[in-house]
Amino acid sequence: MHELSIVMSIIRIAETESAKNNAIKVEEIELEIGDLSGIEITAFDFAWQQAVRSTLLEHSKRKINHIPGEGQCMDCAAVFPMQQLYEPCPVCGEHFVSVQKGKELRVKSLVVN
Amino acid sequence: MCATCGCDANASSSIRQIGETHPHPHDHDHTHDHSHSKTIIEVEKDVLYENNLLAQRNRGYFEARNVLALNLVSSPGSGKTSLLERTLTDLKDHFTCYVIEGDQQTSRDADRIHATGTRVAQINTGKGCHLDAHMILHAVQGMKPAENSILFIENVGNLVCPAMFDLGEKERVVIISVTEGDDKPIKYPDMFHTSTLCIINKIDLLPYVPFSMDKVKEYARQVNPGLSFLEVSCTSGEGLSAWYQWLKEKVQEPEHV
Ligand SMILES: Nc1nc2c(ncn2[C@@H]2O[C@H](COP(=O)(O)OP(=O)(O)OP(=O)(O)O)[C@@H](O)[C@H]2O)c(=O)[nH]1
Ligand SMILES: [Mg+2]
Ligand SMILES: [Zn+2]
Repeated sequence: MHELSIVMSIIRIAETESAKNNAIKVEEIELEIGDLSGIEITAFDFAWQQAVRSTLLEHSKRKINHIPGEGQCMDCAAVFPMQQLYEPCPVCGEHFVSVQKGKELRVKSLVVN
Repeated sequence: MCATCGCDANASSSIRQIGETHPHPHDHDHTHDHSHSKTIIEVEKDVLYENNLLAQRNRGYFEARNVLALNLVSSPGSGKTSLLERTLTDLKDHFTCYVIEGDQQTSRDADRIHATGTRVAQINTGKGCHLDAHMILHAVQGMKPAENSILFIENVGNLVCPAMFDLGEKERVVIISVTEGDDKPIKYPDMFHTSTLCIINKIDLLPYVPFSMDKVKEYARQVNPGLSFLEVSCTSGEGLSAWYQWLKEKVQEPEHV
């Protein structure tokens, strides 16, 4: 359950950024989670519910932007959607694929007061 | 707040150098003035930035001292500790080695390493299912590895969670044993995606289990075409000389600038 560490890191970022802005409450938090980031959303939700209790994220609205995977073939340069890390290039069938999108795991923004 | 490095510490984990303790108080007293208007903060921060910063710090330390740091990852029981026991015993006269053991509980693995005469630190992660760069930073501070040495980091037995956490290692080595099935690489692609070497262990058991060496490599290459493979048995010793050769080359390999 590395999702718990991930949620803890998000709480720390929210705390640090809120403190910088003298805010005591986060109304909204916007996250970017790529589909290939290694985050299991059900586990993430579960960890979130446990971990945000009595933190400044406890009552925050959480917005998650899911970012679909995108790969580029290192052989033929084709760009294509990727659901799994082991997918071959649909054009030439090679596996030399570099992941362009979908690995994101970011705190995008906070709405505080 | 951890006074030594300025980062927040994972309060549920503990690090023990043999014969030492490092207490870790974490007091937070936050009082701030605040306004009541809404503000949007464009954070744009990687969730793992703190871990990644510390990992880079560890990496710089290892590079400056020419310490070859290896992060050994696998499912529980694939043979990480067995591989280390053999390696440390066989290479005793060739390299100075250090070990950091990561387990949720007990110092059983560290005790096994200690028995080989190697300097070892045990990290217990408690409920945590992986090592992180902060734990390594502190373990290394207590250990102070000599220049031109090898530091083996045995991660918590888990093929999922450790994949996301850079420790500052030079190479990540994933170990899989033939009793686990040859489709592991596509079931747990992240770990194979982020490793550079795959050690296939327990080949002495190949006659007894349905496991195809070609299949496992094919699956692993689908995830990571650059992955190298070594086939070994920690019990019979078969294939270990190729692993020792790999280590020698890594130690001698000049740094890319
Ligand atoms: N037959 C056979 N058994 C092995 C081999 N290598 C390890 N084992 C056995 O596999 C079991 C687990 O080995 P460990 O070295 O403790 O595995 P580990 O990966 O360190 O396990 P955790 O730290 O719990 O994740 C032990 O009973 C070992 O004796 C091998 O090459 N062949
Ligand atoms: Mg072990
Ligand atoms: Zn292609």
